[in-house]
Amino acid sequence: MKNGLQRRKEEKKVPTKTFKRTDGRKLDEMRPISAKVGVIPSADGSAMWKQGDTTAIAAVHGPKKMHPQHQQDPSTGQLRCNYNLMSFSVSDRARPGKNRRSQEIDKIIEWAINPVLKIKGFPNLVVDVTIQITQADAGTRCAGINAAALALAHAGIPMKDLVSSIALGKLDKTLVVDVNKEEEDYEEGEGSTDIPITMTSDGKMTQMQIDGKITPAQLKEIMQMAKKACNEIYEVQKKALKDGIGGGEE
Amino acid sequence: MTNEQKRQVVIPGEVIVSGDDFLPGDGTEKTEKGIIALKFGLAEEINKLVKVIPLSGVYNPRRGNVVIGKVENINFNGWIIDIDAPENAFLSVAEVPRYVNKDGLDEVMDLGDMVVAKIWNINKRGIDLSLKSRGLGKINEGIIMKINPNKVPRIIGKEGSMIKMVKDETRCNITVGQNGFVWIIGDNIEDELFAKKAILFVAEKSYIPGLTEEVEKWFAKEKGGEKSAN
Repeated sequence: MKNGLQRRKEEKKVPTKTFKRTDGRKLDEMRPISAKVGVIPSADGSAMWKQGDTTAIAAVHGPKKMHPQHQQDPSTGQLRCNYNLMSFSVSDRARPGKNRRSQEIDKIIEWAINPVLKIKGFPNLVVDVTIQITQADAGTRCAGINAAALALAHAGIPMKDLVSSIALGKLDKTLVVDVNKEEEDYEEGEGSTDIPITMTSDGKMTQMQIDGKITPAQLKEIMQMAKKACNEIYEVQKKALKDGIGGGEE
Repeated sequence: MTNEQKRQVVIPGEVIVSGDDFLPGDGTEKTEKGIIALKFGLAEEINKLVKVIPLSGVYNPRRGNVVIGKVENINFNGWIIDIDAPENAFLSVAEVPRYVNKDGLDEVMDLGDMVVAKIWNINKRGIDLSLKSRGLGKINEGIIMKINPNKVPRIIGKEGSMIKMVKDETRCNITVGQNGFVWIIGDNIEDELFAKKAILFVAEKSYIPGLTEEVEKWFAKEKGGEKSAN
């Protein structure tokens, strides 16, 4: 036991270039992505986003009258997100319903998407976005944002741009793109730092979170990696929307 | 037909045309990069005016639209009509071209009745409807169906060509509301159901080119089947 631990510590000391990811991906390689719009016929707009083993489904209802009435705002329309981790989405059963974490992510998704939305012209109305995570393998809020952006576009809501989101990470001292659950729980060295970033197609940032320690120099590098990854995601989103033209009616 | 070919699918934020030669229309915005789409849909350019025709989403009411709605509530001076838009519409007694006893509004139209009306005004307070035009009023018979409001232009066709064909082929009178409700009235229920089937077919195939020929073919096939069955 002690021997194994020692050996692992030695391995850790080798230069970061030989760092191996648990699923054999390159440092800047994302998990395979698939996306589809129009997955929920009863909604005004919907989309599915699958990234590795993480799957998010987003449905948009509205614009419709804001309910409860006291939350109506006559000066602008509003965006309301509802993020839900389904009970079977994680290995240990998640308790169904709202909790502290999901309420926080609701707000984060709203803040990430609001800058591109043009819903000023919908007084007293609300656009409801429901995001269900059917499978969780880290990066669920990013998958949720990507699905929500597609679903909003599919619902015909006026938007200046799409948003693309990706979770980057620092595993010990190595920077990687698109962490999965196993990497998120990485505990050796400095442990893992999870950095979800959301960007528009022209590289403007709408959301960023850091859960851990990182140096300014590495943060700059992270931004470059995020830009590249978000561009790739944007292309997938673009393709999903353009392909969705006949597919939604099937 | 050249305009048809120029149509392209655009996504929000996508540059449709660059340069100062074009004017931004519905669903577009002018930025330093050029004219960008604000909505997901088909971009179209007519006489230097660029606009985006949305392919999905809720009905967006506009002045002059003929809509079909359901009486949801009765006020002291009118009816609240649900037209499947974000907001309910209001039909005032003053906009009904007949004498209405103010104590008996429900005798004219009761809760749950369907009505064909025209949007004559949209303002901050809401949507106002009118019955002062030909072909408007309460629906007493026939069947009502709902389709995606974004497909209404395809159902109607160029200058009403598509709906005219369906009307002639099915011997039914059909009113299409811009909000996606379709009212079909014919001599018998079989004709009405056939018309419903035809409209569902058009709605389903709305995105394919050469739709008119396709629908003609469909009618020929369906009619042939009908005769052999008899």
